[in-house]
Amino acid sequence: MGKVVVVTSGKGGVGKTTSTAALGAALAQRNEKVVVVDFDVGLRNLDLIMGAERRVVYDIVNVIQGDAKLPQALIRDKRLDNLFLLPASQTRDKDALTPEGVEQVMADLKRYFDWVICDSPAGIERGATLAMRHADMAVVVTNPEVSSVRDSDRIIGLLDAKTMKAERGERIEKHLLLTRYDANRAERGDMLKVEDVLEILSIPLIGIIPESSDVLRASNIGAPVTLADAKSAPAMAYFDAARRLAGEDLPITIPGEKRGIFGKIFGRKAA
Amino acid sequence: MSIFRLFARPRSAPMARERLQVLLAHERSSVGNDLVTLLREEILAVIAKHVQVDPDKVTVKVDRDEHVSILEIDVEIPRGAAVMAA
Ligand SMILES: Nc1ncnc2c1ncn2[C@@H]1O[C@H](COP(=O)(O)OP(=O)(O)OP(=O)(O)O)[C@@H](O)[C@H]1O
Ligand SMILES: [Mg+2]
Repeated sequence: MGKVVVVTSGKGGVGKTTSTAALGAALAQRNEKVVVVDFDVGLRNLDLIMGAERRVVYDIVNVIQGDAKLPQALIRDKRLDNLFLLPASQTRDKDALTPEGVEQVMADLKRYFDWVICDSPAGIERGATLAMRHADMAVVVTNPEVSSVRDSDRIIGLLDAKTMKAERGERIEKHLLLTRYDANRAERGDMLKVEDVLEILSIPLIGIIPESSDVLRASNIGAPVTLADAKSAPAMAYFDAARRLAGEDLPITIPGEKRGIFGKIFGRKAA
Repeated sequence: MSIFRLFARPRSAPMARERLQVLLAHERSSVGNDLVTLLREEILAVIAKHVQVDPDKVTVKVDRDEHVSILEIDVEIPRGAAVMAA
């Protein structure tokens, strides 16, 4: 049986979709069978970030409503043949996803894949709770910034209350993924420190992803950053996070810790 | 931005941290947290069966740690409150 992971945050635009694609591809690059599932019904984007937008025929809502079989809706990645995408629909009907339908899809995916990675929509409403409902583990994506930390705290509360695991009295494994981390701003004391965020949210850290134009470049070409440029700083950080997700024990490195003001002045390539 | 201003400006991150700590401590225990509200009501009902207490003097709080949550219940019982059951 595969593991179900929800990538969630409460706040919008913090890097959930970017992280879902990068972690999914990184795990697939380790030869595991992976499916990334877009739960952002109405605002799907994972297809675009994965570079599969022109190959979407059926989506998760079609499967749930019985208009397509699950294998028909799954899109195999062009670069990695053990990586798949289950797209969301563009329908504006918020009730298109039913709890029973989602349960069935999750149960089926778990049987075929080692990892089922669910890209949650922003917010704390129905879409977000459905995305986390069947998760074994959660990746809480947080930016080192007050409103993101506050929303993550709300989401952690929901994970502990509204997931199947929580309702059965089991512990849902929660991991903090700090994204868009800017070493220079941290050094100046104008960004929450890693230790501060960790102390406030009290869940273990799975990785720190630097703010980087490589992420934007990857999204432009339609590839997860771990595939677009495996040697870039954000890709390496995502590879490490994927290894930790898979249970490896690696020391965490803070991106660009050593790079001071001179690096900036002399125009060394930013992380 | 001038480099001098950069040095003179107070760091804002410590303030962010402090504000968050205060806010979240409050939000974690305030209304809207279904479990805490429910627990508070039921605990109050159980206590009220045996002792007279002022509902405002019962606080239920949840503190979160990495592995466990700690449920803190604080009940103020006035001296001489009628003990109704034995
Ligand atoms: N490490 C990073 N460095 C630079 N830009 C980033 C980084 N991570 C994400 N971004 C950018 O931030 C924006 C939002 O990212 P993304 O779509 O992954 O967030 P999201 O949490 O899925 O948003 P939504 O809540 O709308 O679904 C995108 O433009 C993305 O390119
Ligand atoms: Mg998204």
